[in-house]
Amino acid sequence: MVDRFQRAITVIFLWFFAILTLLPFFWMLCGSFKNTGDFLTGLFLPQGSGLFGVAWDRLTWDNYREIFTNERVNFFHSGMNSVFLASVTSLLATLASAMGGYALAKFNFRLRKPITALVLLTLLIPPPLLLAPTYQLLYWLNLLDTYTGLILPAAAPAFGVFLFRQAILNAISNDIIDAARIDGCGEGRIFFSIILPLVRPMMGAFLMITFLAMWNNFITPQVVLQTPEKFPLAVAIVNLREAYNMQEYGISTASTLFSIAPIACLFLLLQREYLSGLTSGAVKG
Amino acid sequence: MAQYRLHNPLAPYLFLSPFLLIIGVFVAYPLLQSVNLAFHQTFGPGFQRFVYLDNFFNLLQDPLFWKALRNTLTYAVATLFIQMPLALGLALLLNQPWLRGRTFLRLIFFSPALVGPVFVGFLSTIVFAGRVGLLNRVLNGLFGFNPDYAWLQNHVMGALIIAGLWMYVGFNMIFFLAALQNVNSDLLDAARIDGAKAWQRFNHVILPAIRPVFGFVVLLSLIGSFQLFELPFVLLNQTAGPDYQGLTIVMYLYLNGFEIGDLGYASAIGWVLAVILIVPTALQRFYFGRKEED
Repeated sequence: MVDRFQRAITVIFLWFFAILTLLPFFWMLCGSFKNTGDFLTGLFLPQGSGLFGVAWDRLTWDNYREIFTNERVNFFHSGMNSVFLASVTSLLATLASAMGGYALAKFNFRLRKPITALVLLTLLIPPPLLLAPTYQLLYWLNLLDTYTGLILPAAAPAFGVFLFRQAILNAISNDIIDAARIDGCGEGRIFFSIILPLVRPMMGAFLMITFLAMWNNFITPQVVLQTPEKFPLAVAIVNLREAYNMQEYGISTASTLFSIAPIACLFLLLQREYLSGLTSGAVKG
Repeated sequence: MAQYRLHNPLAPYLFLSPFLLIIGVFVAYPLLQSVNLAFHQTFGPGFQRFVYLDNFFNLLQDPLFWKALRNTLTYAVATLFIQMPLALGLALLLNQPWLRGRTFLRLIFFSPALVGPVFVGFLSTIVFAGRVGLLNRVLNGLFGFNPDYAWLQNHVMGALIIAGLWMYVGFNMIFFLAALQNVNSDLLDAARIDGAKAWQRFNHVILPAIRPVFGFVVLLSLIGSFQLFELPFVLLNQTAGPDYQGLTIVMYLYLNGFEIGDLGYASAIGWVLAVILIVPTALQRFYFGRKEED
């Protein structure tokens, strides 16, 4: 009996926390379909005589229409910018990391140890330290206010090289690679047709991790970009406050929801890879 | 590994070339330049003046820097002591084999970690607002809390800690859950049969098994907390908040470097941050790299 009681408490406690976690999302979703008056008077959906006691006819698409058609802060363009920046960066970063990680894991060469040490040392640098000198460098290279200036510094993360080195070191035997060489397979082909397919789960996870990091990155585009047309969502949303009154709650919630929705969809598709990739470095598997 | 080489000796360098090129230009060079900058005062990126160690002396006497350090430390410690037990507790509860919908619950708890700090900060301005804000309305409904309490005027740190909890408890929980998979279930059953209480089982079987991951998560959280920037910056409408209540180290770096235009002072702040973080970061990378020695 005690056991059943304990179980019931556990379930209630967990679902209480789950509802608490989801509350801000639900509140945001409701808010994005309400006008300011309804936002001020009700917490979630406006009450009325419709189904479930909700005034469905008072809900409105106006907030979304506004952020997609506004001249100064256009969320459709910013969304496209975010998609472009995050996709290009994550593809380049994943490819460069897999290549570097493969070289460090499966080749015997003179600089193998020094370069591995370099990768580990790079991981010790807190990113904010490089913010000011990178800004100055981009200024000298004439790369301020360009996507190149945003993408290039993020295109070969030491973190990724290290992750792929670990994954390839443990998961792929040298015999397969040597057998392919004896059969006359070129180094490039070995990498693309043998190594990459074998680390596909790692690639999915790392693509997702870098995509998410670039999508949510605020400080670098805020510092590097100056033209509002080039802003990704993370920067555009902060500029929204200058374009609108702070009291436009519907617009604020709609823009936030629009900014996080694509990420949520991507994650639902790739959650297994993402979560296992996230913990792969910390937990012995 | 074989003594002879089957491959072209240039192949590994070709595979590493994109990485080495980018690390050289965008990490090694800026790192050296950040040392150089720390001894200069700059007016925007183009003009600089050598000032010896003045940046560091000024930092030591700068009350705002100490304020930023204290705020950051407060957030980091609060995060550690509230978030770690909550995350571990949730992981232990979720790790029951009889529990239905475990995957679904795990997904729910993790979901806020996907939302970037900038978006959480943006939304939090409304969440923590008096009268219309979600937090006050919920607290008012549950406990009769003052619905007009202005968090962002009186208690910025409280708001930051609450927002941080929402974002990262589920994230940390994922690591603990993965670690709990490694707990030897035979040992756990044996302890149960021998009459070990839940607390004893936790202390003597579960805790030793997850200790390395626990260390990893604590350090990860500490390193992340010390780099807190977007959440308070956007939450407080691109300011440090009333009486600098939300000023953090990285925010101070940003404000000096990019609003005042002194990249030198910003680099000096960056170096202080790097020195603070070097020990936890090195330890964390050690945990991270542990796997290869097995």
